[in-house]
Amino acid sequence: MWLLEKQYFLMQKGRAEMGNTAQNTEVLALRRSPAHHLWTDFTVGSVAGERGVTLREVPFQRMVGIRVDPTSEVGTRIGELTGGLPLNSGDVTTGESGAAVLWLAPDEFLVVAPDDGEPGPSALVTSLLEALGDGAGQVIDLSSNRTTFELSGPSARAVLEKSCAADLHPRTIAAGTAITTEINKIPTVLFKSADETFQLFPRSSFADYLGRWLLDGMVEFAAEGTSWP
Amino acid sequence: MLLFTCPNCGPRNETEFHYGGQAHVAYPESPGELSDREWAEYLFYRENTKGLFAERWVHSAGCRKWFNMVRDTVSYEVKAVYRIGELQPETLERIASATEPEQAQPLAPAQANPTTASEGV
Repeated sequence: MWLLEKQYFLMQKGRAEMGNTAQNTEVLALRRSPAHHLWTDFTVGSVAGERGVTLREVPFQRMVGIRVDPTSEVGTRIGELTGGLPLNSGDVTTGESGAAVLWLAPDEFLVVAPDDGEPGPSALVTSLLEALGDGAGQVIDLSSNRTTFELSGPSARAVLEKSCAADLHPRTIAAGTAITTEINKIPTVLFKSADETFQLFPRSSFADYLGRWLLDGMVEFAAEGTSWP
Repeated sequence: MLLFTCPNCGPRNETEFHYGGQAHVAYPESPGELSDREWAEYLFYRENTKGLFAERWVHSAGCRKWFNMVRDTVSYEVKAVYRIGELQPETLERIASATEPEQAQPLAPAQANPTTASEGV
């Protein structure tokens, strides 16, 4: 309780004194990501080698939800900031800022950018809001809505395929493709960021469950890696 | 497990979808003039078809958009998937077959091909 109060106090103070770097550092040090308590388990549970698979949490990614008609004038204005808006299922666009824009629905997109270490609203949201202006649509900072799990390695796909019914074969999902689907009934955005790397965006409240679920799925690959006498 | 093809997202597991009942139930043109019985029939009375049935589905775990599907209620076979606002394939066929006799005579066989293609929708 004390921590929450202090955290809240410092967040407010931090917002008031955005220029104060020491203050910001203190505020940022108090952040806890949804799966922070599993980080040791992730390290221990990760498997190296030919059939290896690594799990880690990428904390505090900036996420912005966009609802806009991509073909409208407002859509074009927002697209100029994000390197265009994706038009089809699976498409991902990347802007100059390095933020990836994932297609969720014909008029719904998710912008994902790395943690910028700022305690206040990110410059990304501010610029997107400016582009939206009074046009029809929404731009909302959703950074705390979801967390990011990164599952990588030669066996990453095999771990996911145990409980994700979407077709994850490379002929269907190439690197740089993102889909909205379910992993063991948990609604998840799945972004294949590289050939053997999947970024999973579950809602924060599912982070503990999905983290432990994936760890369970990774166990068999560790067992096969050990050499029996 | 069945695979349904969402018009936006492509083939996905049946569990990602939710059912929305009979499709193409038109809102009454002048609801104020309906009797209680007619209004109740509009609200609650639905077909109970054995065979091909047009129904609404929503891809709730994906794009969260509604669409229509023609499904065989006996075999569960999905015959057609089309967006909200689009005409039912059966209606399209009826329109095509109604206009066919008029067009069939003046058109050369090569030009008549688009008509046969629409029958397969």
